[in-house]
Amino acid sequence: MWHDAVLVAGKDLRIEARSRVALWQVVPFAVLVLVLLAFAIGPDQTALKHAAPGIFWVALLFSTVLAIQRSVAVESGEGTRDGLRLSGMDPAGVFLGKAAAVGLQLLALQVVLWAGVTFLFDVRVQVVWLAATACLLATVGLACAGVLYGALSAGLRVRDTLLPLLVLPVLAPVLLAGSKVWQAALSGSVSGGTQWLKILVPFAVIYLVVGVVLYGPLQEAA
Amino acid sequence: MAPVVQFRTAVALAGRFPALAGVDLTLEQGEVVVVVGANGAGKTSLLRACAGLLPVTSGQATVLGVDLTADHTAVRRYVGLLGHAAPLYDELSAAENVRFAVRALGLPAERGEDALQRVGLTGRLRTTPVGRLSAGQRRRAALAALLARRPALWLLDEPHAGLDASSRVLLGRLIGEAVTDGATVLLSSHEPQLSVPLADRVVTMGGGRVTGEEKGGRRATLTAVPTGDADQRGALGSTHVA
Repeated sequence: MWHDAVLVAGKDLRIEARSRVALWQVVPFAVLVLVLLAFAIGPDQTALKHAAPGIFWVALLFSTVLAIQRSVAVESGEGTRDGLRLSGMDPAGVFLGKAAAVGLQLLALQVVLWAGVTFLFDVRVQVVWLAATACLLATVGLACAGVLYGALSAGLRVRDTLLPLLVLPVLAPVLLAGSKVWQAALSGSVSGGTQWLKILVPFAVIYLVVGVVLYGPLQEAA
Repeated sequence: MAPVVQFRTAVALAGRFPALAGVDLTLEQGEVVVVVGANGAGKTSLLRACAGLLPVTSGQATVLGVDLTADHTAVRRYVGLLGHAAPLYDELSAAENVRFAVRALGLPAERGEDALQRVGLTGRLRTTPVGRLSAGQRRRAALAALLARRPALWLLDEPHAGLDASSRVLLGRLIGEAVTDGATVLLSSHEPQLSVPLADRVVTMGGGRVTGEEKGGRRATLTAVPTGDADQRGALGSTHVA
């Protein structure tokens, strides 16, 4: 399983490195969401600082959908879909590999978003480890849930429009908990943030386990 | 020795539609069987069922000793399917695609290099992203991925489509070599003038069933075609139309 996961992750990351979709589309999209939401809130610095955590996580969630769509598109051709099924690889390994590739892209995206929020909204994270932990846990959850729902929609002609409808409500707990942890991290309240980490941990674990178990059957049904 | 493929009144559904409606077919080891028939006859479905991609819902279906009605997925790693769409990632080179297919099965990487050489994808063609290759070159890359797996059962769906004359000769030669090595080949075709000379038997399908069978021209072709220039062999081969 781990051999297959490494193989698939390497393949997906190499494809991304060549196509540069993440670099030229997903990252600019995320930054655009940051800027547009900042415009919508207005020039009030207090309001911007207050809204910064929520804007960070909204931008991350929307960009996650794009990253997932790209991950699904890579395997959407009839040939590659069949090729993957005939490859002899463990579906759980394929799931973990695809989730790892998406997760690594999301981590890089969060670095950009973090810098963007710091620069645009003039906010400083007081408890860096708390904010970083939230990002790591959320990354696992977002990647696993995203790849799982991506597999669910993979065989459908309307997958591009259906995927956001399926995924965004499911990812709402990450938005809520991530925003709360970041608010706490910005204000320096560790205890206020750790209780919200308790939502991100089971979210990540549940989708990791469910993905490992269900990815194979979903791949067959697609 | 047990047949490589044994279907008895095998039924497979594509959605609610019976793609295979009671197929009877047996392939012995080392045979080359060509399936012909009109569009929608069930040729592709037969190949996909043999590959374990289309579940057989009733009847008997055994491929390489695996009972497809019990577990249709178990046979996948032992077969090689060359379908209409190539199992290739456009952004990766032919070498990377083949290496991925080989490593997925836990096989040594040298097999991929050897397969690329055998299909003539060397030099820059080997390292160019397959999305930039011609249709024929992509087909060769897909063939290399199949070759590298060294499957016991080759399933070729319209393999001549998009190939130029020299590639068609190459395909015929590779099929011959695979059979010599003990592989079995099931090949669907709309171009009998190209495929029948390769076949031991020609099976006709219609309405999801096998409706007829006759001898192919493989042995006659193999004995009549001299070794030498590839294009010349292709031209000679095409004269042995049944």
